[in-house]
Amino acid sequence: MTKIMNSFLEKTPHIDFIKIRWYGFILALLVFAGSIFSLWTKGLDYGIDFKGGLLIEIQTPAPTQAADVRVKLDSLNLEDLTIQSIGQEGTSFLIYTTGTKQVVQTEMETYNQVKELLGEEVAFRRVEMVGPTIGQELIKKSIMATALAILAICIYIAVRFEWPFALTSMVGLTFVMTVIVGFCSVFGIDFNMTIVAAIMSLAGYSVNDTVVTFDRVRDNLKKYHRMPIDELLNKAINETLSRTLLTSLSTILMLVVLLFFGGETLFGFSLVFLVGIFIGTYASIFIAVQLLRLFDLRKIGSKDDEGPYAAAAVYEKEAKKLPLQPSSCGSCPKNR
Amino acid sequence: MFGYSKLKAWTVIVVSVFGLLFSLPNFLPESVYKQVPEGIRKVWHPVTLGLDLSGGSYLLLQVDTGALYKEQLTSLADSVRTALVDRKVRFSGLKVEGEGKEQYVSFKLLNSGDYSKVRETVLRLENGLQVSSSGAAVSVSYTPAALIQMTNAAVEQSIDIVRRRIDELGTKEPSIQQEGEDRIRVQLPGVQEPGEVKALLGKTAKMTFHLVDEETSVYDAQRGKIAPDSMLVPGDDMNEAFYVLKRASVVGGDQFQTANASFQNGTEAVVNFQFKQAGARKFSVATRDNIGKRLAIVLDGKVISAPSIQSHIPGGSGVITGNFTIDSAKELALMLRSGALPAPLSVVEEKVVGPGLGADSIEAGFLSCMIGVVLVFAFVFLVYGKMGTFANIALIFNGLLLLAILGLFNATLTLPGVAGIALTIGMAVDSNILVFERMREELKMGRTAPLNVINAGFENSFTAILDSQLTTLFAAFVLYWLGSGPVKGFGVTLGIGILTTMFTAIMVTKFLMLAWLKIRKPKEITL
Repeated sequence: MTKIMNSFLEKTPHIDFIKIRWYGFILALLVFAGSIFSLWTKGLDYGIDFKGGLLIEIQTPAPTQAADVRVKLDSLNLEDLTIQSIGQEGTSFLIYTTGTKQVVQTEMETYNQVKELLGEEVAFRRVEMVGPTIGQELIKKSIMATALAILAICIYIAVRFEWPFALTSMVGLTFVMTVIVGFCSVFGIDFNMTIVAAIMSLAGYSVNDTVVTFDRVRDNLKKYHRMPIDELLNKAINETLSRTLLTSLSTILMLVVLLFFGGETLFGFSLVFLVGIFIGTYASIFIAVQLLRLFDLRKIGSKDDEGPYAAAAVYEKEAKKLPLQPSSCGSCPKNR
Repeated sequence: MFGYSKLKAWTVIVVSVFGLLFSLPNFLPESVYKQVPEGIRKVWHPVTLGLDLSGGSYLLLQVDTGALYKEQLTSLADSVRTALVDRKVRFSGLKVEGEGKEQYVSFKLLNSGDYSKVRETVLRLENGLQVSSSGAAVSVSYTPAALIQMTNAAVEQSIDIVRRRIDELGTKEPSIQQEGEDRIRVQLPGVQEPGEVKALLGKTAKMTFHLVDEETSVYDAQRGKIAPDSMLVPGDDMNEAFYVLKRASVVGGDQFQTANASFQNGTEAVVNFQFKQAGARKFSVATRDNIGKRLAIVLDGKVISAPSIQSHIPGGSGVITGNFTIDSAKELALMLRSGALPAPLSVVEEKVVGPGLGADSIEAGFLSCMIGVVLVFAFVFLVYGKMGTFANIALIFNGLLLLAILGLFNATLTLPGVAGIALTIGMAVDSNILVFERMREELKMGRTAPLNVINAGFENSFTAILDSQLTTLFAAFVLYWLGSGPVKGFGVTLGIGILTTMFTAIMVTKFLMLAWLKIRKPKEITL
């Protein structure tokens, strides 16, 4: 089995990503535009964390219908009441009513009334009440935090690499964030703080992905002084492709398990992250790295030939001149 | 030591042993763990579970700073009035105006030439005041810095009082902390019904004693015919609608030594109290000089009773009567004991997780972590064979180290945090993959000497690992800063996970590989 995997991964692939760049850009633009459109027209399905309101999760002793629960609560005249059945047994329900100021002020009463109407045998698994000001603040804070995270990451990349890398990774990251939020909008995913957490760590993950490829570009710039930039970028993408694939696969494995076994709270988290992995990888290959073509990387890269790879590059050049050593060489010392 | 510096080797060994040791409490059955001496358990304990896993209540309280400023300004208005009268400045319409942070004391000077004198007088009253004028109108307010100081002091004091009130209820291990500028986060593990707590926090319980102004009728007072040192105060539900009271309080609410609920005449619920020494002295003087007059007891701006002073009360103890049930008397006594809140509190966010849901979440989180880890291990083994085993061992240490650090730093593990751990394991493989891919490249280039291949693999991948992990660390920081509760927990887990990942993927894996080289002396490695 290992053999099969190896033969599949052993060869460095030679996909000409630069050649198909326009298809890549156009697809990215379409998806981006679609996300913006959906956010513009449909918006996000804000959860209680952002919208405020009262949320109660109950468990009934015997399976029942959401409609039955609703009938029981009818007399309360709750605003914007939704009752959602969760799980397969038909015994768990989410009761949610939006946070007009009035509801929040009488939240305690509402809760008590709900309790009374549903009867003693119903178990209350979770109660959440969020005031309206909290949600508004959280939206502002989230947007600010996201911007701040992107900025911090870019400054780091600008310091560790060069400013074109920072610029293109910022474009890539903005694409990833927009599209994943757009995904939440299109599919009406309950947008709560856990989803924000998923998106933030996704930002980390996708930059991670981009940085690995950048590292290869940086490496190659120092190694191959005469290689055309297009070829060099292509080489970097192809060389890191097997790593990208393997890392994605292992993270996807984890997420799929979380998706199916992690329970209701982690479902949205896993789903968003799972989709985000594809978007992030796509953005690395088709946006962040390819946009580097727009800059004169040689000029920037030639500033320091003294980096850690200068020696390796020289060594590499020398090694190429020599005939390859046989794999088991009797005279070689075992451990140098 | 086999081409690995001694310092590094020992670091790996010490940190790994630490990880094993301090993650152990998480895996011990409770019955076994209970037998560990308490002193050790204080440091050596399992990870604290967040409320979403352990069950309990979370309340976010907002300190009503608007009311706080209003009160401060009202008392400032009193001292301004007194000071101006003292300096024989003629003025009219002195009152507190505005809302929230934009509140000020305003009045009109009858002789606008008095302004500089007024300014000087007012500024001498208190620090942190600012005075401005337009024409004859003067306004006095606190500087922004003074407001901030006021807020901080009030929040601090509120936290103290909230803690005392909650402690009185006997709640186990409550956590009460400031959040942001003017909020207080209260976490009550195990509490399913925060109703009682909320009732206790819903009242400021500011109690003051005032003499009733017997000379002014309520009728006159309502039409503005009221002496400047008197005020109109509404009565509690069952009493007279309004009372006219002397502004100056006889004794303040900060003077209660003890307060207890009891029955008077066998049926009437009352609150017995004992003043502290200073309060007792004031109370003694007031009762001696005003026998026959009425003394009003004002709670949160309402008169709850106004009994006549029958005789001199020298000892500083007394009885508060009112329309109490035994429960409300108990509640009031508790609040008087713990002190008055400097400003009203309101609940702006509340989360209650039942123990059933928490247990289910733990089970689901644990199960998915286990399945996920097994799958990832299998995957790494499948792709990298024997060398993958080293990476897998390092992954185990990664997980253990993460748990150990979370436990040691008393970080809270929340449900998203569990996802953070799972994700850390899933993504930690990345660092190993980067190393292995570089090693494969070495092999492809025809180098086979195992030590060289291993060293080159780690060296060539180091910058990629460092840069990629550090950028993720930024995201973790932001999550920590942005989030509250579960999300903060996720940020912590993610951040610590990155650090442990860098350590295990680079140092531990290399250590294991080099040790293997030393022991088995293989001629070549395959990947």
